[in-house]
Amino acid sequence: MPYKILKKEELGNSGTLMEMDLHAPLIAKKAQAGNFVLIRINETGERFPLTIADYDREKGTITIVFQIVGKSTKLLSHQNLGDELLDVVGPLGNAIHIKKYDKPIVIVGGGVGIAPCYPQAKELKEAGNKVITIIGARNKELLFWRDRMANVSDELIICTDDGSEGRHGVVTDPLKEIIQREEIDHVIAIGPLIMMKFVALTTNGKGDLPQVKTYVSLNTIMVDGTGMCGGCRFSTLDGNVKFACVDGPDVDGHDVDFDNLMKRAKRFCDEESACLEGYDHACRALEKLE
Amino acid sequence: MAKKEKVPRQKMVEQEPAKRIHNFEEVPFGYDEETAIIEAARCLQCAKPLCVEDCPVNIDIPGFIKHIKEGNFEEAIYTIKEYNILPAICGRVCPQESQCEGSCVMGKRWEPTAIGNLERFAADWERKNMPKSCPECMPPNGIKVAIIGAGPAGLTCAADLQRKGYDVTIFEAFHTGGGVLVYGIPEFRLPKEIVADEIETLKMLGVKIQYNSIIGKILDIEDLKEMGFKAFFVGVGAGLPILINYPGIDLNGVLSANEFLTRVNLMKAYKFPEYDTPVKIGNKVSVIGGGNVAMDSARVALRLGAEKVMLVYRRSEAEMPARREEYHHGKEEGIEFHFLTNPVRLIGDDDGNVVKMEVQKMELGEPDDSGRRRPIPIENSEYIIETDTVILAIGTRANPILTKAIPNLKLNRWGYIETNENGQSNIEYIFAGGDIVTGAATVISAMGAGRRAAKGMDEYLQSL
Repeated sequence: MPYKILKKEELGNSGTLMEMDLHAPLIAKKAQAGNFVLIRINETGERFPLTIADYDREKGTITIVFQIVGKSTKLLSHQNLGDELLDVVGPLGNAIHIKKYDKPIVIVGGGVGIAPCYPQAKELKEAGNKVITIIGARNKELLFWRDRMANVSDELIICTDDGSEGRHGVVTDPLKEIIQREEIDHVIAIGPLIMMKFVALTTNGKGDLPQVKTYVSLNTIMVDGTGMCGGCRFSTLDGNVKFACVDGPDVDGHDVDFDNLMKRAKRFCDEESACLEGYDHACRALEKLE
Repeated sequence: MAKKEKVPRQKMVEQEPAKRIHNFEEVPFGYDEETAIIEAARCLQCAKPLCVEDCPVNIDIPGFIKHIKEGNFEEAIYTIKEYNILPAICGRVCPQESQCEGSCVMGKRWEPTAIGNLERFAADWERKNMPKSCPECMPPNGIKVAIIGAGPAGLTCAADLQRKGYDVTIFEAFHTGGGVLVYGIPEFRLPKEIVADEIETLKMLGVKIQYNSIIGKILDIEDLKEMGFKAFFVGVGAGLPILINYPGIDLNGVLSANEFLTRVNLMKAYKFPEYDTPVKIGNKVSVIGGGNVAMDSARVALRLGAEKVMLVYRRSEAEMPARREEYHHGKEEGIEFHFLTNPVRLIGDDDGNVVKMEVQKMELGEPDDSGRRRPIPIENSEYIIETDTVILAIGTRANPILTKAIPNLKLNRWGYIETNENGQSNIEYIFAGGDIVTGAATVISAMGAGRRAAKGMDEYLQSL
């Protein structure tokens, strides 16, 4: 079943962020915030996960947002409008629990993690919740979807590490202020592992700050996405082993051993570099021919 | 006084161990026509063939062997396919030693007739020499049936029902069909081209297959009922890997056999970087377990370039469930077997990579639930094995994605589906078979279950 690219747009100004709409009517019909898909671009491609950042059940499309970091994301960015991806499987993972909470919810999106925050904020807002959103990136070129996030939030705070836009600082700065000024039901944090680690440390109640339940979204390396291989496994601090694809991807951030996850995330570094180099080399060779 | 046998059991020519550990090609080359005829002539054509009884799909074994003996290879494959839609696969992976060949009368005094080799010969002969033969179908009856899972159980059930005239669609989670046949069993035991080819037979019958379709996620049973499906066969397997929580299991270099084999077999990581999916193998690989999955993992690790591959199994050689031929091939290839040995903990370096494993010796006590003697640790017997890759092949459980999505479906305490002898669950239109019912077992037993369920589903649908 071919999955056609119906929209392709660059996001921000860094040249590394991209948004695509894929024709996938059955997935669009069932998709919910928290779900992801596994994509295989072509016959020799690997299977890799991307969160469903938005969905249109009438049009039958799902939206993916990705950052170009390695061969697969680079290859994906080179697919054009009208091209078809070979395999898209979903919706995978557990949808987040949507209901009307008594207290506000804080959503923290870092870098490309802003995209998976969007459907969560949207569905929570639609359920009548007060949503406070913090989005941050290294610099303003890496920010995107400001209007979209503003539309689904009661309050939107923008930060950049270098101060080029919004507040000068990291996302945990406004987070600390918010949890001290008012009672929050829970925090949702999606972004690089190091960012989620620090959000969880900020809200774990050890120290002067209040403890606030925190959910993080784990985008580990995956192969099958249905719980049959354990490639996405993560250790919890109380000594259990869980699978991000079926026990998550949204999990209790205070339970996760982030240091272990960060080590596991690097386990194919050498192969990843080799693959990307090979692809860049092939691209350059093709360019010379043309 | 045993009479010396005039014609011994014919061996298949095999790749030399030193050569074959560097490639993913098949080990045995298969019979040529002349050898097949000689072997077929060894069959006594028993009036009451025990081999047929012990075949989980009751192939007319003396029947097809007689055709081979007479040089009628086309008739032979036609006979097999009346009973078994996947002969090229079964000939290669069935544990014949505990099934047909195990009961062969020839085996009482000499060596059993090489039934598996002959089945393989017939299937391979057809693939090389003929356009595919497709068994006959009854006229279409318009009743839609859904098969969930394109593994051996689902493929067999689908073929049988399509032949009975039903309108069959298979929903498969992966991007290609075969289940364990593609992700579990390595290329050198079962070439994937053969699996794809066997699936073509199903398509010739008219079976439809939808890939990337996880029932319970993209569609559920209620959706399928709305789409007009009247009965369902659940053949989703037992793919959830058991990962014992040893200290150090979170170290890099430790992985489940499922992940290892899926990368290599399904995603073709042995061809990296031609294929993008990588797999990492160190120099001193340990595989924990003693079944077919452990053997396959060990032999794949060798072929990926490991200097040393150790298989660590908590029971003894006699209790090893692996297929005998694979164990024999593995020994020839140089795998080190550490029996009555069990891991205690995994030890890593500062970067979080596994470098050592502490193990302890075991002894066998009384039989446990499985009927096999229970391994008991021997106190103060711990020692260290140097290892940089640890592959866990210690069993699997039921994958709960679909079963969780069917409320009221009766499962046993392990999460397997409870069925009657026709494969019917407590929900009358839902049938099941294969590993999701029995726990991890063999390809052929899954096929037998698919066959029985097809019969049960036909009876149920005709009774409506």
